[in-house]
Amino acid sequence: MSTAKVDRRVEHSHHFSSMEQEHEAGKQGVWLFMATEIMMFGGLFVGYFIYRFKFHDMYIAGGDSLDWTLGALNTLVLLFSSFTMAQAVTETMKGNNAKALKLVYFTTACALIFMVVKYFEYSAKIDHGLFPGFDMWNPDMEYIKSKIRDVALLNNVDPANLRLFFVLYFAMTGLHGIHIVIGVGLMIWLMKRLKNNEFSPKYYTAVEGVGLYWHIVDIIWIFLFPLMYLI
Amino acid sequence: MAHHIVPLKTNLITLLSLVGLTIITVLTAKFVDLGDYNLLLAMFIACIKASIVLGWFMHLKYDGMMNRTIALCGVAFLLLFVGFSYIDLFFR
Repeated sequence: MSTAKVDRRVEHSHHFSSMEQEHEAGKQGVWLFMATEIMMFGGLFVGYFIYRFKFHDMYIAGGDSLDWTLGALNTLVLLFSSFTMAQAVTETMKGNNAKALKLVYFTTACALIFMVVKYFEYSAKIDHGLFPGFDMWNPDMEYIKSKIRDVALLNNVDPANLRLFFVLYFAMTGLHGIHIVIGVGLMIWLMKRLKNNEFSPKYYTAVEGVGLYWHIVDIIWIFLFPLMYLI
Repeated sequence: MAHHIVPLKTNLITLLSLVGLTIITVLTAKFVDLGDYNLLLAMFIACIKASIVLGWFMHLKYDGMMNRTIALCGVAFLLLFVGFSYIDLFFR
C-alpha cells in the first residue's frame, strides 16, 4: 500500500520570495475567481430583474407557489455553515487542525441538509408540473391558485409566461446548488488535509480559499432567498 | 500584511446579526405591505447582509486594498450591466 502524500509546507515555493508572498498571491487568485462568480450570477440576476419589470404578476404567482418556510430554513442552515467555516479558518490559523476538522464536518453537514431540503422542494415543483423542460411542463394552476396571495393577480398571468419564472428559478437555484455540491467536494479535500495535520499558522491558504468560496455561495443565497421566495 | 485571527466572539456576533437581518427580511416582506417598495427594502437588507459577510467572514475588513478592489470591481461591473440594461428598458 502506498502511503498518503502529506503536504506540510515549511518553506515557500522557489518562485516566491516568502511564504507570506505566496499566501497573498494564492488568496488574490481566489478573490479574482470570486469576482468572476459575482459577474456570472450577476448576469442571471439581471435577467431576473428585466423580466420581473415586464411580467410583475407572473413573478408573484411563481414566488408565492414556492414554500418560503423551507427557503428560510435553508437560509439559516447556510448562514450557520458560513459561521462554522469562518471559525474553521480561525482555528487553522491558530494551528488547531483537529478543531478545524470538526468545524469542517459541521459545514459539510449543513451543505448536505441544504441539498436534502432542495430535493424536497424540487420534487414538489416537479410533481405539480412546474419543471420547465424535458416535456415536464404541465402547470397545475389549481395548486398555484391555492398558494397565491391574491387570486385576482392570476387574471394577468399567462401560464406560458409563468414558465419563464420557473426557468429562472431552476437555473439560478440549480447553479447555486451545483456550487454547494462542488463546495462539499472541496470540504472533503480539506478534511483529508486537516486529518494529515498539514496546515499551520504559516500555511493555511487552502482552508482560507475554500472559506472564501463558501462565503460567496452564501452571499448568492442571501440575494436568491428574498427574490425567489418572499417578494 | 499581518495575519489577523478573527476571534470566536466576532464570528458569533457576525452570525447573530445575519440571522437577525434574515428575520427582519422575512417579517417585512411577508407581513408589511409596502407595495413595490418591499422589493427595494429586501434588496437593501440583502446588501447589508452581503457587506457583513464580505467584511467579517471573508476578512475584507482586515485585508489589503488589492482584494477589496477586486471584490468591488466585480460589483462595479455588475452595476454597469444592471444600469445599462435598465436604461435600455426604460428609455427605448
